[in-house]
Amino acid sequence: MPTVHFTSQLERFLPAPTVSVAGRTLREALTNVFADHPMLKGYIVDDQGTVRRHVAIFIDGIQLRDRVKLTDPVGEKSEIHVFQALSGG
Amino acid sequence: MADRLFVGTRKGLFELARKGGGWDIVETKFLGEPVTAVLATPTAVHVALDLGHFGAKTWRKPASGEWQETATPAFPAKSDDASEDPHPWTLGRVWNLTPGGVEGRIWAGSMPGGLFRSDDNGETWSLCEPLWRMPDRRKWMGVAGGEHPGLSTVLVDPADPSHVTVGVSCAGVWTSGDAGTSWRQIGQGFHNEYMPPDQQDDPIAQDIHQLAQCPANAKVIWCQHHSGIYRSEDGGESFVPLPAAKPSAFGFAVAAHPKDPKTAWFAPAIKDEKRYPVEGKMVVSRTSDGGKSFDILSNGLPGRHAYDLVYRHALCVDETGNGLAIGSTSGGLWISDDAGESWTAPEMRLPPVACVKFEGS
Repeated sequence: MPTVHFTSQLERFLPAPTVSVAGRTLREALTNVFADHPMLKGYIVDDQGTVRRHVAIFIDGIQLRDRVKLTDPVGEKSEIHVFQALSGG
Repeated sequence: MADRLFVGTRKGLFELARKGGGWDIVETKFLGEPVTAVLATPTAVHVALDLGHFGAKTWRKPASGEWQETATPAFPAKSDDASEDPHPWTLGRVWNLTPGGVEGRIWAGSMPGGLFRSDDNGETWSLCEPLWRMPDRRKWMGVAGGEHPGLSTVLVDPADPSHVTVGVSCAGVWTSGDAGTSWRQIGQGFHNEYMPPDQQDDPIAQDIHQLAQCPANAKVIWCQHHSGIYRSEDGGESFVPLPAAKPSAFGFAVAAHPKDPKTAWFAPAIKDEKRYPVEGKMVVSRTSDGGKSFDILSNGLPGRHAYDLVYRHALCVDETGNGLAIGSTSGGLWISDDAGESWTAPEMRLPPVACVKFEGS
């Protein structure tokens, strides 16, 4: 099963543990994460399910291509990293 | 008089209480995070955060309990017929939290212009769909500190909580007599000088910085408009300009006296691109005669080299009409116990202030 890692910055607000979940696309994998951690969803995607503008997602080191529908494929051994791009003062 | 004040800033929430004849911070929360709205009722404190990367969030602390994140107000899936909608169907920022006058009810005004209602004391929220799906809503303009409209004020008639009136930057004033099921535009009499000439008097083209209603006489509504100060005596159906406003008619904030419909306070600044106190002198202006004349209140406020701007939700009055607080973009905070005649500044350097709210007001 793919493994999803979240930026530790999220721990300021809520638990965001590393989890292994089923899924053949990023959307399926994140849907399964959010089923167990429903409050986490709104931190990663907006009201329409699009990845938030300043959240970056990498699948096996490659940046997510489809930020709207999250159709990028993920493999059985994929490592998915969810980051934030810090900015401002 | 109120003895607890909540200050929402660019870098956290500060709770102040009276101490040794003055005020001091008794609790800090969300340090480092932008607080965009705060509401303190006898049963709970509610705040809205704008976490930037991670979106807007709402938190609540019951009178006897710990802070807890609640469900965030959210827009429904964008419908197929909304492709031409110029505004996003996703929450940008909660801009105000207003008691609904019914047990458990809270209204939340937002950018990009959505109005949300909770009937379970902030546990869950639902979008006021009739207002959001109203065809005219797509004509709303985004000039309120961003590219999308902002629902800057929600007024709830104390005698009839289903009578709700909202002010929008930039779409004028809208009212509902049925708790949000149906809406109509009101607010005749405004003049928005930065619009094209043929639209300057159109009620939907009005930049409502802030509205304030007199709780004892809900027919009286004050407006700090982008182009001046106005007052209504008919529940917002029509407004008349108050040209006597001084030292300037520009500003963002207004607070209405809870009992006296002829008294209100404003935080004036140089219009329009400059936006700092006239001559660098921080003042609050007050009218006590319905806007015929204005007093300039400055005792205790910085008289020189003050470049503090007071945002829409950073001027508040308590339930007595004597307690006032203002917070500024420079992190200034001043509190008055005598209706603004004199002000004291607690010894602290705060982050830029977005909102101030006395407990219970």
